[in-house]
Amino acid sequence: MTEEHKRTVVIPGETIKEGDAYLPGEGTEKQGNKIVALRYGLAEEHNRLVKVIPLSGVYQPRRGNIVIGKCNLITFNGWVIDIGTAENAFLPIMETPRYVAKDRLDEVMKIGDICVVQIFSVNGRGIDLTMKARGLGRIDEGIVFRINSNKVPRVIGKEGSMIKIIRDYTNCNITVGQNGYIWIKGDKIEDELFAKKAIMFITEKSFMEGLTEKVEEWFKENGGVKKETKKTEEKSGDKEED
Amino acid sequence: MTSSFKRPDGRKVDELREFEAKVGIVPNADGSAMYRSGETIAIAAVYGPKKMHPQHSQNPEKGTLRCTYNMNSFSVSERIRPGPSRRSTEISKITEWALEPVLMLDKFQNMVVDVHINIIQADAGTRCAGINAAAMALAHAGIPMKDMVSSVSVGKLDKTIVVDLSKEEEDYEEGEGPTDIPISMTHSGDITHFQLDGKIDSKQLMEAVELAKKSCEQIYEVQKKALKDSIDLTGGED
Repeated sequence: MTEEHKRTVVIPGETIKEGDAYLPGEGTEKQGNKIVALRYGLAEEHNRLVKVIPLSGVYQPRRGNIVIGKCNLITFNGWVIDIGTAENAFLPIMETPRYVAKDRLDEVMKIGDICVVQIFSVNGRGIDLTMKARGLGRIDEGIVFRINSNKVPRVIGKEGSMIKIIRDYTNCNITVGQNGYIWIKGDKIEDELFAKKAIMFITEKSFMEGLTEKVEEWFKENGGVKKETKKTEEKSGDKEED
Repeated sequence: MTSSFKRPDGRKVDELREFEAKVGIVPNADGSAMYRSGETIAIAAVYGPKKMHPQHSQNPEKGTLRCTYNMNSFSVSERIRPGPSRRSTEISKITEWALEPVLMLDKFQNMVVDVHINIIQADAGTRCAGINAAAMALAHAGIPMKDMVSSVSVGKLDKTIVVDLSKEEEDYEEGEGPTDIPISMTHSGDITHFQLDGKIDSKQLMEAVELAKKSCEQIYEVQKKALKDSIDLTGGED
């Protein structure tokens, strides 16, 4: 991190900062001249803005997130997709990259198919999805598994550094959905399983200092061979949120 | 307060039993916690917010809190019949009411937060232990909350106000007999739950509330420590 971030664990109702110099950000509230935490997590101050980064809990969908989900239902004008949230998400026919006839919806996606989609909007009625961006679409090969969604920033790493290491060592394409689903696609199933093992290692050690170096070490210990970085298309989900 | 009063286990009148708290003990849950006070052990697991089923019990205005209190059949020396009972349904409801004022569920329309409280060992004060564990588990699950809730039972044995009754004290027979007053309050001192079983005059009741306030402060510190210690922050994150 370039700037000085002093992070402390806070619990609900705890005063993070006192005085009028601070502004309440996400997960906080102003009570009098105090900034009070409203949830459990890491408190961080940045440019006088105080916010709480969640460490636990279910995935909260946000606009712009790239997620991986499973098609649950086909309606007359789109697909209902389960992305691991309480509300089912809806992918309308208009948000697919090409023209789809109304009676040919299952050509794009059948029930049970898995896809990479982006959250277009989150409103009171539900979640709307889109498939109209690069890297989105139905998943045909590879493996998909789930991790705790709070560990996603760790798996991606700072500006995608962690995901780049895994890609270099395993020669797999990895897409991390913000909801904790991860899609790995490689040439060989062994490579895919190796990448999965590496990701599981990251989730276990997610609070460790200098995790990127630790993962490089882990790869060397476990017989990973670094490959020349190919100019593969950038497919990983998002950059780290913060 | 008569300091000459002798409690069966030799505690002072304002002394809690030995207690501890732990967070993150149920890996499958979204949030979980354990609270132990003497021989009483409560485990709380939180699931959700998730979609409320059946649909007719959804609340389109705000999220719902659903607590389930359960005493395991082996939690007491004489086996109790497993399954919901009149008593456990009541305590489930009481726990909901004790926790709801601090939860901010307005953003979770049509959803439910499930709290499962299991008493694996009982020696009086199980509802208080359950509320303490549930409050920690809810915080651990990342549910937005205004404050923490701590709970303690205050009692009157004959004419003496004591805190955190054990089963032996609850069955106190001499003089006026026992009065049990479980109280839950937020860290800022607002009472969210108050029950009274027995007889007490208003002057002594105020005394009891003051004592509960003091004891909840101690419990809060332990809850806070448990939540903070569950994250091992050895320096930077990335």
